Amino acid sequence: MELMTPLFVILCPAIAAALILLSRKQPNIRETWTIAASVIMFLLVLSMAPEIIKGETIRYILFQSMIKNIYIGFNVDAFGEIFAITASSLWVLVSIYSIGYMRALKEHAQTRYFFCFCFALMGALGVALSANLVTFFIFFELITVSTYALVIHEQTPEALRAGHKYFAYLMPAGAILLFGIMTTYYLTGTTDFTPGGIKALVSVSPLIITVLFFAFLLGFIKAAWMPFHSWLPTAMIAPSPVSALLHAVAVVKAGVFGIVRIVGYVIGLDLMHQLGLWLVLAGIAGFTMIVGSFFAITQDNLKRRLAYSTISQLSYIILGAALLNKDSIQGAMIHIPFHGYMKITLFLCAGAILVATKKTNISEMAGIGRRMPVTMLAFSITAIGMIGLPPVAGFISKLYLCFGAWDLGSPYGIIFLSVILISSLLDVVYFFPIIHSAFFGNPEAASEEKRSEAPLLVLLPLTITAIFSVVFFFFPNTFYILDLVKTAAGNLFGGV
Amino acid sequence: MQLIEQFPVIIVGISMFTAYTMLLAGFLNKRLPFIIAMVMNSFFLILSLFILNHVLTVGPIRYWQGGWRPPWGIEYVVDAMNAYLLIIVISLIILGLIYSKENVKHEIEERKHTTFYTLVQLMAAGLYGITVTGDLFNMFIWLEIASLTAYALIAVAGGRALRPAFNYVIMGSIGACFYIFGVCWLYSVTGTLNMADMRLLLPLLYDNKVVQMGFAMIVVGVMIKAYIFPLHLWQPDVYAYAPSTISSMMASVHVKVMFYILLRLFFSVFTINFITHYIGLDMLICWVAAIAILAGSFWAIKQRNLRRMLAYSSVSQMGYILLGVGLSPLSPWGLIGAVAHILNHAIGKGCLFMTAGAILQQEGLRNIKDLGGLGKKMPYASAAFTIAALSMIGIPGTAGFASKVFLILASLDAAQYPFVVILLLSGLLNLVYFWRVIDQMYFVKTEEPKEAGAGREKGKALPLSMIVPILILASLCIIMGIIWFTDIPLPLINHILSNLRMGVTV
Repeated sequence: MELMTPLFVILCPAIAAALILLSRKQPNIRETWTIAASVIMFLLVLSMAPEIIKGETIRYILFQSMIKNIYIGFNVDAFGEIFAITASSLWVLVSIYSIGYMRALKEHAQTRYFFCFCFALMGALGVALSANLVTFFIFFELITVSTYALVIHEQTPEALRAGHKYFAYLMPAGAILLFGIMTTYYLTGTTDFTPGGIKALVSVSPLIITVLFFAFLLGFIKAAWMPFHSWLPTAMIAPSPVSALLHAVAVVKAGVFGIVRIVGYVIGLDLMHQLGLWLVLAGIAGFTMIVGSFFAITQDNLKRRLAYSTISQLSYIILGAALLNKDSIQGAMIHIPFHGYMKITLFLCAGAILVATKKTNISEMAGIGRRMPVTMLAFSITAIGMIGLPPVAGFISKLYLCFGAWDLGSPYGIIFLSVILISSLLDVVYFFPIIHSAFFGNPEAASEEKRSEAPLLVLLPLTITAIFSVVFFFFPNTFYILDLVKTAAGNLFGGV
Repeated sequence: MQLIEQFPVIIVGISMFTAYTMLLAGFLNKRLPFIIAMVMNSFFLILSLFILNHVLTVGPIRYWQGGWRPPWGIEYVVDAMNAYLLIIVISLIILGLIYSKENVKHEIEERKHTTFYTLVQLMAAGLYGITVTGDLFNMFIWLEIASLTAYALIAVAGGRALRPAFNYVIMGSIGACFYIFGVCWLYSVTGTLNMADMRLLLPLLYDNKVVQMGFAMIVVGVMIKAYIFPLHLWQPDVYAYAPSTISSMMASVHVKVMFYILLRLFFSVFTINFITHYIGLDMLICWVAAIAILAGSFWAIKQRNLRRMLAYSSVSQMGYILLGVGLSPLSPWGLIGAVAHILNHAIGKGCLFMTAGAILQQEGLRNIKDLGGLGKKMPYASAAFTIAALSMIGIPGTAGFASKVFLILASLDAAQYPFVVILLLSGLLNLVYFWRVIDQMYFVKTEEPKEAGAGREKGKALPLSMIVPILILASLCIIMGIIWFTDIPLPLINHILSNLRMGVTV
C-alpha cells in the first residue's frame, strides 16, 4: 500500500533540526521543536501499525535511480515497525530527560547536541523503514556521522580520542558494509529486503555467500559483537542521555536490526541453515553473551558496566536470529523494544545519579537507594528485567529465546539453552551488588543520608520507562508490539 | 542553419573579444572588467543551457567555421558530453568571478586587477574552446591559451607563487609539446586533423607504430596537465600559493577540461577496440589511477598546510576520474562514474578551495592545526567546508557517494575486484585527512582566541559575495548527491554513452 507517512516520519527530525538551528538563541523555543517533532513522529509511526498487523506493508518510493532496480524508498513491514516504534517512543522520553539533564549540568553546545540528536534519530528511523539495502546504508551512515558529535560532546582530549576510536571502528565497518551491499546487487540485481531471503542468491556459489555473510557481519559491528565491541564502552564518555538513547537503542539496535535483516531478509533462513552460517553467528553471539557479562562484572564505572551489559544483551538478539526458528526469531524481535525500554531506564538512572550526586562509580554508591529511592527503585525493577525474572518485560523475551533454543533439539539446543541461562546468572552477579549496596550499604558521610532526587524533568522519563517495562510484561501488546512480532514471524515463516 | 547551431562559436568567439574589451574598459573604470565578465559569462551560461537542451532533444551540433567543410575547415562539434561540461565550466567560472570580487582586493595589488580579469576571461575562453572544438590542432591552440593564461594567473600574486608558477610553465610546456608531437604524428599518417574524420581513417592503421606512439604522446601530454600521479609534482605548490580564486578555478574546471581531452581522444578519435586490443592500455590506466588514488591520499595525510592537503586530495580524486575512464571499455558505469565525478569533484573541490581562501583572508591561517574554534568564528564557511569534505569522503547523501557507488559498480561489473577495495580504502583515507580539519573547526577545545594571530580583517564578517558562491557549491554537493540517485540524469547519461560510442545504454 502506498502512503506518504514514512516520508513524513523521516522529515520530522530533519525539519526539527533546521528549526533548532534557527532558534538557537532561545533555549525554550529550541527545546519545543525537539519535543514537538518527537511526539509527532511517534504518532505517525504508531498510525502505521494497524495496517501493518493486517500483513500489509506501507511502501513509498522516493526516487527511482539510474541504476536498474535500485531506488531510494521506504517499505515498512512489521519488523521495521517494531524498531521504529521503539526508537520513536523512546525519543519522546529522552528528549524530556535531555532537557532536564543538560540544563541541570549547564552543559555547553546544547544547540549542537539537540541538532545532532535529531539527525541520529532520523538515521535510526530511516534504517527501520528503508525498503532496500541502499536506502538502509544511507541512513546507517547518517547515524555514524551525527553521533560522532554527541560522543565527543565533552570536547576534552579524552573525549576526542573516544570519538576517533568510534570512527576507527564504525567507518571501516561502513565501507565493508557498502562492499557487501554492492556485491549483493552485483550478484542478484536487487537489494530489496525480501522475507525469506533474496531468491537469486540460491544459485550463487556457497563460498561467495559465506564471504558476503562475513562482509555483512563485519559491516554491522555497530551490534558490538565480540571481539569488535570495544568502541561501545569507550563511547560511554558521552552525556548520559546520549548513551541511553543511542548506545542502548539507536546505534547498537540499528546494528542488530541490520543483522536480523540480513539473516531473515537478504541471505535467508534456508541458506543460513544449509551453509551452516547460523552456527557461526550463534557461536559469536553465545561467546559475546558470556564474555560480555564477565567484563561487566569487573567494571566499577556504572555506565561502563551497563555498556558491557548492553554488549551481552545485544547478543541475545543476534542469537535469536541465528537459531533460525520461529520462537527464537520472535524472541529476538521482541527483545528489541523490551531491552530498549529496560536498558534506557538503567542509563537514565545512571544519568540521574550523576546529576544529583556527581557520582559515576559503583563503589561510591553505597546507600544511594535511601537518598534517591525513586531512581533506585526504577533501577532495581529494570535490573530484574534484565536478568529475566518476572514480572518485568525481559522475562518474555528470554522465555521465547529459551523455547527457541529448546526447539533446536540437537545437542546445540542444550548448549545454547545453557548459554542463555548462564548469561542470566551472570546478569545477577553484576546487577545484584549494585542494588544491594544501594539499599543496604552505608554511605561514607552521614550528610549523604538526606533525600535528594534529580530534577523532575530527569526523574519523570525514567519512571515512565520503568513502568512501561512492567506494563510490557502484563500487556505485551502495548503499542501493538506482540502483534507486530507475530506478523513479522508470519512473514518469515508463512502463516501467523 | 538554425541560430542555435551558432551558439558554440558565439560563446568562444565573444569570450575572446570580451577579454580584450575588458582590458580597454579597465582604463576607463577599475570596476568595469568585473562587471563585463559577469554579464557576458552569465549570457554564455544561458546559451549553454539552450545548447544542452538542443543536444538532448535534436542531436549534436556541428558548426563549420567559415563554411569550410571538414576535413579542410575547422569544425565545432557539441554533443551531450561537451554540452554537459560546458555548463559546468561556465557556472564555476561565474561562481569563481563572484568569489573573486572581494578576494582579489586582498590577494592582488589594485593595479593588476584589470589584467587579472582579462586573463581570467582569456583562460575561460580557452577552456570553452577546448570544450567545443572538434579539431585536434584547434584544441591545441585553446589548450595553450588556457595554459599560458593559467601560468600568468598563478604568478600574478607574486612572492611565493613565482617558483611554483615557473615549475608549472616548464611542466605544462613539456605536456603541450607531447600533445602537439602526438597530433603531428597522427596527422603525418592520416593527413587530417578533424576528430570525426580521423576516427574513420584510423582503424586501418591501428597496427601502425606511428599511430600508437602518437596516441601515447598525447596521453602523456594530457596526463601531465591533469597531474596524474606521478606527473603531479608541479601541482601542490601551485594550488597552495596561487590566488584563491585561481586555485579554485584550476582545481574545479581547468583540470576537468584536461580529462575531457582524454575522453575525446579515447572514445571519439580512437575506439575501445584500439585501446583494449591494440595497446592494452585500459588495465594500465586503471592501475595508474589506483596508485594515484592511494598515493595522493597518503601524501594528503602528511600535509600540515590546508591548501597543500587539498591539492594532494585533488591528485587522489583525479585518480577516481581516471579509474572511471580506464574501466569504461569494460563497463558503462566506469564512464558514468567518471562523468559524474567530473561534476562532483568540481563542486566539492571548488568549494573547499574557496573556503580555504576565505579562511586565509579572514583569519590569516594556512595550517590545519591553527584552525581551532573556526566553527564559531566563521560558521558559514566552516559548515560549507564540512559538507564539501563529507562529499569528498563519500558519505552517503552527498555527491561524492554517488561517484563512489558508480565506480564500485563499474569495478564489479568489469570483474576488477581489487579496485573495489581501493575505492573503499580511499574513502577511509579521505576521512582521516578531512576529519582532522573538521575536528579542529568544531570539536577541539581552544583557549580563548589568541589576539596575536596574523588576521588581516579581525572582527569583520566575511563579505556576502564570498559566502554566496561557497554556500551555493556546498548545497550543490547535497543536491547532486540526491539527483544522481534519481533518474533525472538518465537522458543525459544515455546520450553521452551513445555519443562516445559505448554501444550500451543504462
